[in-house]
Amino acid sequence: MTSLIDVKNLTFSYGIRKIYDNLSLTIPKGKITAILGPSGTGKTTLLKIIGGQLKPDLGEVLYDNINVHRLNRADLYELRTRMSMLFQSGALFTEMSVFDNVAFPIREHTDLPEEIIRIMVLMKLEAVGLRGAASLMPQELSGGMARRAALARSIALDPELIMYDEPFAGQDPITMAVLVKLIKHLNETLGVTSIIVTHDVTEVMSIADYIYILSEGKVISSGTPEELKKSREPQVKQFINGEFDGPVPFNYPTEKTYLQDL
Amino acid sequence: MGLINSLGRWGVKKLSSLGRATIMLFYSLVGKPQFRKNFAQFVEQLYVVGVQSISIIVVSGLFIGMVLGLQGFNVLVDFMAEGALGQLVALSIIRELGPVVAALLFAGRAGSALTAEIGLKKATEQLTSLEMMAVDPLRRVIAPRFWAGFVSLPLLTLIFTVVGIYGGKLVGVDWLGVDDGIFWSGMRASIVFSDDILMCLIKSFVFAIVVTWIALFNGYDLIPTSSGISKATTNTVVQSSLAILGLDFVLTAVMF
Repeated sequence: MTSLIDVKNLTFSYGIRKIYDNLSLTIPKGKITAILGPSGTGKTTLLKIIGGQLKPDLGEVLYDNINVHRLNRADLYELRTRMSMLFQSGALFTEMSVFDNVAFPIREHTDLPEEIIRIMVLMKLEAVGLRGAASLMPQELSGGMARRAALARSIALDPELIMYDEPFAGQDPITMAVLVKLIKHLNETLGVTSIIVTHDVTEVMSIADYIYILSEGKVISSGTPEELKKSREPQVKQFINGEFDGPVPFNYPTEKTYLQDL
Repeated sequence: MGLINSLGRWGVKKLSSLGRATIMLFYSLVGKPQFRKNFAQFVEQLYVVGVQSISIIVVSGLFIGMVLGLQGFNVLVDFMAEGALGQLVALSIIRELGPVVAALLFAGRAGSALTAEIGLKKATEQLTSLEMMAVDPLRRVIAPRFWAGFVSLPLLTLIFTVVGIYGGKLVGVDWLGVDDGIFWSGMRASIVFSDDILMCLIKSFVFAIVVTWIALFNGYDLIPTSSGISKATTNTVVQSSLAILGLDFVLTAVMF
């Protein structure tokens, strides 16, 4: 199995708060890899590091054997044409219609005539079921529709990697099921490599090929969904079963006890 | 010791902000021009920061010119020198009030709007998503707004100046009865293009660069929360106003 991304011995801090401590993981080509972990473990930060928006303190990220953080500005932007990211908020451009949002990356990176762009945009919107909403403005969309429109935009130029940042957060069960189906479908039909960062265990277990569970800046476990379901490790069991306290602490770490604080 | 520490920390913070602001401007403006992609954005921003500021500039210019006419007349008439009213109004507006007040109004009207707009784009991850789409937000979002500000403010200053002089004429000539011919000929005799109008434009271009740069940087560098946006918008108006007044003194001392 060839890898598209290799994260090697990554250490990253926000100020004095260490987010990642010697983290290593591999994202295989053409597969859906899920990164699970409680909120605040820096899952989105990992995506930003892979995309070259944040620089690690130590370690390296290799994208197709290219060290992302050694690239100059122009080469980094060139590399980003091969990847795409679906943001938690959708991040649609508010001054443009859904159609223009999806057309934006095509217009920016190609010189295609408008007729071809129109066909491409309608194809992408059809794939996410929003062809009928092409003329709507982002503020007229529901949360789920906005995320699907953003998904259409992120596949506009057929990237080889799509990074999904909490794609299921705050969605109703129907939208969640639609998104799960879409992600799986896009992976199968376009052959893209997908990284899903989430804490929605059930949804992601149904589509992921491989899963990493992160906590406190480290990979605490990894494996296929079946392997993780059978795992006897207490940390994995706590996360998969959604137990509120256990090895992954309920309380944010503090130096003083509750009594001392009082 | 604590005071020196705080002063040092403040100095380092301000210097690092200045460094980041310079890098932002450098990457926005240096590089291969992208006229085809950014021209539409530039025209749109000319409308937003320029055309939409015309009403406040016209109304303020008119009233400032009228007040100058009234106050000037009241003083000059004591010395029977009301014929110099045209010269007084024109010189005051062209040399000082035009560039300075237009820039202050521009900072309040367009500068704060630029900061809030860029800040909201940052808070809603639109700038990050541009980066991930391999589109440089500095070239795509910041540069067209910078050039729009650079072109708009000098034009707004000219409008302010013309309307201000007309306001002075309305009060001085049409209301208080100063002779029309003396009003205009006194003005024509005292204004020198290279000394007055050119200097007015130079000041205005400098203010345009400073105000737009401050506004864009405050938006680009803010903490993406509601209080962060509110603080950055206030900072834009305060910092721009102080920079305009400070630079006006420096430029006046150097040029006149």
